[in-house]
Amino acid sequence: MQFMLLFSRQGKLRLQKWYVPLSDKEKKKITRELVQTVLARKPKMCSFLEWRDLKIVYKRYASLYFCCAIEDQDNELITLEIIHRYVELLDKYFGSVCELDIIFNFEKAYFILDEFLLGGEAQETSKKNVLKAIEQADLLQEDAKDAETPRSVLEEIGLT
Amino acid sequence: MSDVVEKTLTALPSLLSLDSQPGSAKLSSTSKLGNLIRGITELTSKHEEEKLIQRELASIKEQVSSPNTSMRQMKELMVRAIYCEMLGYEASFSYIHAIKLAQQGTALEKRVGYLAVSLFLNESHELLLLLVNTVLKDLQSTNLIEVCMALTVVSQMFPKDMIPAILPLVEEKLNHQKEIIRRKAVLALYKFYLIAPNQVQHIHNKFRKALCDKDPGVMTASLHIYLQMIQENPEGYKDLTASFVTILKQVVGGKLPMDFNYHSVPAPWLQIQLLRILSVLGKNDQSTSEIMYDVLDESLRRAEMNHNITYAILYECVKCIYTIHPKSDLLEKAAKCIGNFVLSPKINLKYLGLKALTYVVQQDPKLALQHQMTIIECLDHPDLIIKRETLELLFRITNAQNVTVIVEKMLDFLRVSTDDYTTIDLVGKVAELAEKYAPDNEWFIETMNTVFSVGGDMMQPDIPNSFLKLLSEGFDSVEEDRKLRLFAVDSYVSLLQGEPGKLPQRFLQVISWVLGEYSHLRAELQPSTVMRLLSKLLDTKNTSSETKTWVLMTMTKLCEGAAGVSVAQEVSEAYSSSLDTVLRQRAQELQHLSQDSELRARVVPRDAGLEPLEVDSSLSFLDGFVSEALAAGAAPYKPPHQRQEELAQAKALSLEPYGLSLPISISSCSIADRQSPTLLSMSSGLSGDSTDLSHKGGSTTLKLDGVKRVWGKEGYLAQREPVEETAQVEVPSPFRSPSQQAEADSSHSQTPTPVPTPEPTQEKQQLASSLFVGLSSQSSVCLMGKSESAPQRFRRKAKSPSSSSGASEQISNSLVSAPSTVDNLLCDNLLDTNITSELAVSSPTQTSQLSQSLTTANGTCDVELTDTKGSNHSLIRDLSVAVAADPSPHEDPDKPKDFSSHLPAELSGFSHSEITPLCSNQSLDLSACHVQQKDSLVLVVFIYNSSDSDIQQILLELDSDDLEVSGVCGSPVQEVGSQSVAVCQYSLSVKRPSVHVEVGGVVSYQLPVGTPQSAQFSYKLPLTSFIRPLTLSTEEYGTMWLAFSHDTKQNLTLINEGQESLAATLNVLKKKLQLHIVEIIGLEGIVACRLLQDQPCLMHCRVHAGTLAVWLRSPVPDLPDCLMYYCQRALQEH
Repeated sequence: MQFMLLFSRQGKLRLQKWYVPLSDKEKKKITRELVQTVLARKPKMCSFLEWRDLKIVYKRYASLYFCCAIEDQDNELITLEIIHRYVELLDKYFGSVCELDIIFNFEKAYFILDEFLLGGEAQETSKKNVLKAIEQADLLQEDAKDAETPRSVLEEIGLT
Repeated sequence: MSDVVEKTLTALPSLLSLDSQPGSAKLSSTSKLGNLIRGITELTSKHEEEKLIQRELASIKEQVSSPNTSMRQMKELMVRAIYCEMLGYEASFSYIHAIKLAQQGTALEKRVGYLAVSLFLNESHELLLLLVNTVLKDLQSTNLIEVCMALTVVSQMFPKDMIPAILPLVEEKLNHQKEIIRRKAVLALYKFYLIAPNQVQHIHNKFRKALCDKDPGVMTASLHIYLQMIQENPEGYKDLTASFVTILKQVVGGKLPMDFNYHSVPAPWLQIQLLRILSVLGKNDQSTSEIMYDVLDESLRRAEMNHNITYAILYECVKCIYTIHPKSDLLEKAAKCIGNFVLSPKINLKYLGLKALTYVVQQDPKLALQHQMTIIECLDHPDLIIKRETLELLFRITNAQNVTVIVEKMLDFLRVSTDDYTTIDLVGKVAELAEKYAPDNEWFIETMNTVFSVGGDMMQPDIPNSFLKLLSEGFDSVEEDRKLRLFAVDSYVSLLQGEPGKLPQRFLQVISWVLGEYSHLRAELQPSTVMRLLSKLLDTKNTSSETKTWVLMTMTKLCEGAAGVSVAQEVSEAYSSSLDTVLRQRAQELQHLSQDSELRARVVPRDAGLEPLEVDSSLSFLDGFVSEALAAGAAPYKPPHQRQEELAQAKALSLEPYGLSLPISISSCSIADRQSPTLLSMSSGLSGDSTDLSHKGGSTTLKLDGVKRVWGKEGYLAQREPVEETAQVEVPSPFRSPSQQAEADSSHSQTPTPVPTPEPTQEKQQLASSLFVGLSSQSSVCLMGKSESAPQRFRRKAKSPSSSSGASEQISNSLVSAPSTVDNLLCDNLLDTNITSELAVSSPTQTSQLSQSLTTANGTCDVELTDTKGSNHSLIRDLSVAVAADPSPHEDPDKPKDFSSHLPAELSGFSHSEITPLCSNQSLDLSACHVQQKDSLVLVVFIYNSSDSDIQQILLELDSDDLEVSGVCGSPVQEVGSQSVAVCQYSLSVKRPSVHVEVGGVVSYQLPVGTPQSAQFSYKLPLTSFIRPLTLSTEEYGTMWLAFSHDTKQNLTLINEGQESLAATLNVLKKKLQLHIVEIIGLEGIVACRLLQDQPCLMHCRVHAGTLAVWLRSPVPDLPDCLMYYCQRALQEH
């Protein structure tokens, strides 16, 4: 996978993860073009797009678009399922996830993504294992934090 | 589950408004990030947002640099900085603080710090170097979470040069008791493998251990590395096939823990990865393929649930089955599977079905026939992506009969497409089809007009080039040629009378060239009329100066009669003071030639067709050069189209034929077997295309060539001929009329569309019959087509020793237009003056006997004008001539076998490398070796004159990017007598170290008769030839060690000879690489050497855990890396 973008129906970027080294300028250009292209597509249309020399796989969940760029020889359908698995993970972690969870806790969303995909490849496909890893890291945070008061609001959300 | 998500996400707006709602939204609204986010959502304009963010950034900046900010606050600030960056505002001031946070924070803060680093920086960012120590520390931490964080960041980004610093620690983690750590370590090594493969070469056996790991997650992770390695070298891993098959069997059989199920499908990611690996291993390998047939069959059988994930597996299975050595019953099942995809009401599956179909259609054209009605529906699909993929499919089944319909569909698409990438690609395809299968002149010209107008200035430059060449070379019938050109002239004149300002520049250039060459064919068209039309172009603002140059050249050809001359004068005056030199030059030419009609007639003769200029269009004179380059490992030439297409093909199923009815026509062989490395791609595409067109005058019933590709995937298709002949005889496909077929199909097709009304059905069936014509009768057509069409195709002759021309492919024995400046611009090296090449001429029906009739051509070309062409022209001429003169490079019986006796006396005491041949041709043989002296390295070049006459003015020029070259002995060789040897010496020293350094050169010389000639060569030598021992004391070593900045570390194998293993290992290195052992102290040893002349490199070795930890340092960049490579090799070979 080359990169993953999450953006809202209004075209606001919610999450971006780049697995290929690109300059900031290129990233911005790609994001702008892709958001435009994907938002212009109708709901019943194909989830795959040929874009430049890449293949774009996207899926909309409520108000959020999940969009992955893969290489030509990659399997489009499994990429679609990667997106779905990621949504499942978010859902399980946040407990029925909504866009706001991702907006306010985007760093958590990144942590989950990093446990699931590493360097653009699926790292751990067992849902249980991913969540276990995240929980362990969260627990550690809590331990470290116990000394300090009060609890940061942000962290509580992650633990709810 | 997704339903739940949908529901909650749709409930979102209400969540936003309800403040009292428990949950994350409310809680975070009190945090600073929450305030920021809320603040932004309340804003109405982009401008306000910008102001707010700038304020925010300023406040963050102030706080991060304050010494009083705690790490906890810092973490919060980083999150805000990430958010601002995500909105598109730069926060580069925070990068360094992100690194600091990762370094100094406790677990929680560290995690955010690492995240910020991975989001802010990319792997080439210099600040990343500051992270290395932190990563090192965390890798050694006893806290598992910290180790995980370090491994996570390492697998995403790490500076390449610093890999050796952490590699041992990451390797260690492969044995960690926690599977999550092992898994991340494997992925980190995968990342290292991708960015610096040679760094991890020594741990290949550890990858095997990871593959056998008891945890499925670790095993899955290791497959990423294996896929990569197997793609690079399938041969090296054939022994693992059985293991992969066993793993897949277990997975498919549900032997993995339930955790790995995804929607009750066992480990789909793992399955797909394994299928991908198997397809690479089984490609072109029958015995390996046989191992996997069973498991593939089982995978197909098991994947029956109606869910995306099973389709993903099925798709990968189908790809694999069509890639490996074929098995008929599997192919049948795979074909059925593709059918399910194509007929699926789900658009995503339909897309993949089309994609799969596109790649198997050449092996199995019947499959496309089966689905023709679906394909036609997809052609009108509202989603452009589906349409585009359908066109791709149609492109592959195009033949002479359906070309008009398919091209029309493609042009329709082009007119609405707004995407540049698509346009460039499709335009190229249309042009290819038009040239290959054009049914008549009008259609061809009109199609090309659309191609030029739509493709504009984006299209591949070889499209207009080959079009012009096709027009000028013509076909077999003079009358046909005339008609084609006449039609082009008429069409262009009317275009110019319209609104030429809107046409792309490339098209205008084509138009002006054609009018210059052929407007005289239309007798009633006055040259001055054309000139006036053209001069309008000159006045248009949009016209580029390149186009203006073309126009001026055209005017030079046309300016006759008083009216013409007056236009010419006017124009040339306007441009003779142009700032553009080329334009000024053309204006001058126009001015002079328009005044001197006699000179003009000589320079741009009109009916040059009377005296055909013969040209070796196959560039066979380059064959020697090509084969040499190929032997030296150069990639075979592919035209840009094909390269693009191969990129596209690589994504899916193999086109490799396995005997079945893959119709490769003879013509494809004749063209594809020439792999010209030159820039002259147009000629290659063209000679074949023109042959295809050339028999269009013949009876139309015989043009049923089926689906064919001019270029095979590998370029060279000749050897497949026999296979294909037998195959075509064996597989007579039952003929069904397309409409019957269509009915049969539509009756059982399960497309979601309502049953079409009779009328549209009829329309569609008509379309179907026009699209799929020529496919159903595949095999019989091929048989017929073959016997008829084979003689019409130009085939490359076998290289016979008696024929000095070698294999010069004939171009059609037709008119080649007069040499003119434009011609020269177009095909410099073809119209060269001095080539004396033989040309085979034969009538199209006598190809079988074409070898004999050779005519010697001495093309005459105008020299005055060619002189303006500049220097690259002469370069091409020299090279081509040198190779052209080469009849049989390796068959000289008199060639002295051993040059070593010619080695200069002063060098004979030293060891020299094997004498290797550099290049050879008719008259000269060049060989070389290098001699290692104490303080220098001498390259000795032997020039052997194998001809019967003396060769004069020999000039040897050497050049290298990596090396400094200087001549050793006085004056260079000038002259070599017949059958004797001259020796040149050069002293070499390294400019820039690399594992192998190369010196390239050109030898130019003059035979007593004939033109100056030249030949190119290159000589490669290992860096070790430049390594000499460096003697110094331990103290000196100590001071130098500290002073050097470039270093590398690696663990090498120790030669196991008991107590003395260190000494034994170092002695091997000393012997093989000429190192100097300074001292051995216990388990450590220090060694020194220098790279000629005086560039030191120091080595520090330590025996540690059964391996030799080697640390190399030098002031020269890259030297430690190269030396490490040789140390590793030396020890491996031992």
